[in-house]
Amino acid sequence: MLKVDNLSFGYKNVSVFKNISFRVEKGSLCGLFGPNGSGKTTLFKCCMSFLKYNSGSVFIDGNNVKRKKIEELAKLVAYVPQEHKPPFPYLVKEVVLMGRTPHMGGIFGISKDDRRKVEEAMEMLEISHLADRPYNQLSGGQRQLALIARAMAQETPLMLLDEPTSALDFCNQIRIWNILKKISARGTTILACSHDPNHISWFCDDVIVMYRGGLVAKGNPKSVVSEQLLGTIFNDICSVGYMDHLMMVYPKNIQAGCTVAAVNNSSP
Amino acid sequence: MEELSTGVNVSTPTTLNFFEARKLSIIFFLAIVMVAGGMVTICLGTYQISIVEVYSIISTHIFSPDMVDSLDKLKNTIVWNIRFPRIIMAITVGIGLSVAGTIYQGCFRNPLVEPYILGVSSGAAFGAALGIVYPHIFISIQLGAFLFALLSVFLAYSLARSRGQTPVVTLILAGIIIGSIFSACVSIMKYISNDTQLREIVFWMMGGFYYTQWDDVRLTVPIVLISVAIMWFFGWKLNVLSMGDEEARALGVNPEVFKFIFIILATLVTATCVSSVGIIAWVGLMMPHAARLIQGPDNRFVIPTAALMGGVYIIFCDTIARTLTTAEIPIGIITAIVGAPYLIYLLRSKEKEIFG
Repeated sequence: MLKVDNLSFGYKNVSVFKNISFRVEKGSLCGLFGPNGSGKTTLFKCCMSFLKYNSGSVFIDGNNVKRKKIEELAKLVAYVPQEHKPPFPYLVKEVVLMGRTPHMGGIFGISKDDRRKVEEAMEMLEISHLADRPYNQLSGGQRQLALIARAMAQETPLMLLDEPTSALDFCNQIRIWNILKKISARGTTILACSHDPNHISWFCDDVIVMYRGGLVAKGNPKSVVSEQLLGTIFNDICSVGYMDHLMMVYPKNIQAGCTVAAVNNSSP
Repeated sequence: MEELSTGVNVSTPTTLNFFEARKLSIIFFLAIVMVAGGMVTICLGTYQISIVEVYSIISTHIFSPDMVDSLDKLKNTIVWNIRFPRIIMAITVGIGLSVAGTIYQGCFRNPLVEPYILGVSSGAAFGAALGIVYPHIFISIQLGAFLFALLSVFLAYSLARSRGQTPVVTLILAGIIIGSIFSACVSIMKYISNDTQLREIVFWMMGGFYYTQWDDVRLTVPIVLISVAIMWFFGWKLNVLSMGDEEARALGVNPEVFKFIFIILATLVTATCVSSVGIIAWVGLMMPHAARLIQGPDNRFVIPTAALMGGVYIIFCDTIARTLTTAEIPIGIITAIVGAPYLIYLLRSKEKEIFG
């Protein structure tokens, strides 16, 4: 569904990542993992063609992203940004309805079909009760749910989520991942980045790990997320254990903290 | 017009209510208020003419144009050649400035933006001042104002554009820079002008409908109404655009293309209005706010609501301007004095709802 070939991107002289290649199979839920500044968001923006990459190519469902018009691309891929606040108090249902924009005709009438899709998306994320609340007065987590509902309403074969659980509480994080699993079970391909190795190993079918401007691992999260890999990218502070057969990543020593290199590893 | 069809669908039972019916009836109500306002204010003026006479003059012009010569010359001139075009013009300018304000606020994702943000007003003032001080070189004040208004926005836009993108903050800063350059140029013109010219420049800048004639109406009305109709048509795209450039892209709306279309049309409307009636402040800032307060932020409804409220507001202010004293008061003064309390009210009571 998503095929990235030898993709490289850099701002002026600073390279962000080089020669990245991977595939995400249709209907799978793929996690993108990597420390801060490893270029996850930049990779997403290249896939969405927000940023013009230097070399390589991105194919979505066999279409070269670079050759697609914005209107056509919006029918192929939906993007859930990190939560933000727009200046105008649009209602949640209006925000979700914006996801239907690529499917609306030239005339700005909203069809019954659009309305139904919006309802379905809000029901699936269990935010129907927020429909008439202004979006910019909600909590960060509720806004995130609305943005995911918007991407659902967009009905694209591929969905990219930039840290979908970053603003959510413990319970909602688990809920979102389960919803993502449900969406992918319906055939939508999902690529979501996350900072929590546990979520990746529990919920994702595949994982791609970025570190220092390149891919360091990809494949089944159960085998990829290992003490050795986490040791490399997080300077040896993680342990991997099992709790009731549930794989669990936890810090070896909570006083250890991260060294500067682990936090600021964006230098090429 | 497309909205009417969606309004009908509302009656079908769904759990989600998009409130179109209520919003459309507000728009319909405002349209009636605006037309009624025009019909009432045409009867008001320092020269007393009875309602019956006013409407007999108008109906003669519309239904039996060959009988016009039999009308009372003075009253005919006042009603048909002064008041009527003036009211039409007031409505048009109100619509134009309010919609331009709505569009700019949406494009710039900032509810505090007004139509003059990109330097239109200073550019127009400079063009008008040139026309006033050098009448031999710049034949028409109106044309000069129009061209310099467009020039200032063109300069601001090209100053802000780099590598195929026009970031909002850069655009606003560019507008401030260009605006202040033209303001300085206006000051130069004021400095070198003689007393009569200086007085004329100052009056022009305060805005007013005193010179409005049918020719101005014929020029202004089509430009404003057609541009407003196109912008209204793209109202939903403006909603998406106001979420930010990247999100607009992700939702299939090309931000550069639509920002360009919106800015071009809003500027054309503003320049047309300003060049024919001078600088009228506040309307373009206030009406979009008021409309959003009533209708919510969905621009498909904010645009027509702001337009009609703007029309009503300007006829109201212009009627005060021409009837309050025997001499005319520049309308810019009235719009500011009437508008300020409203904005104070917004700021103190509805701050959270509007500014998020």
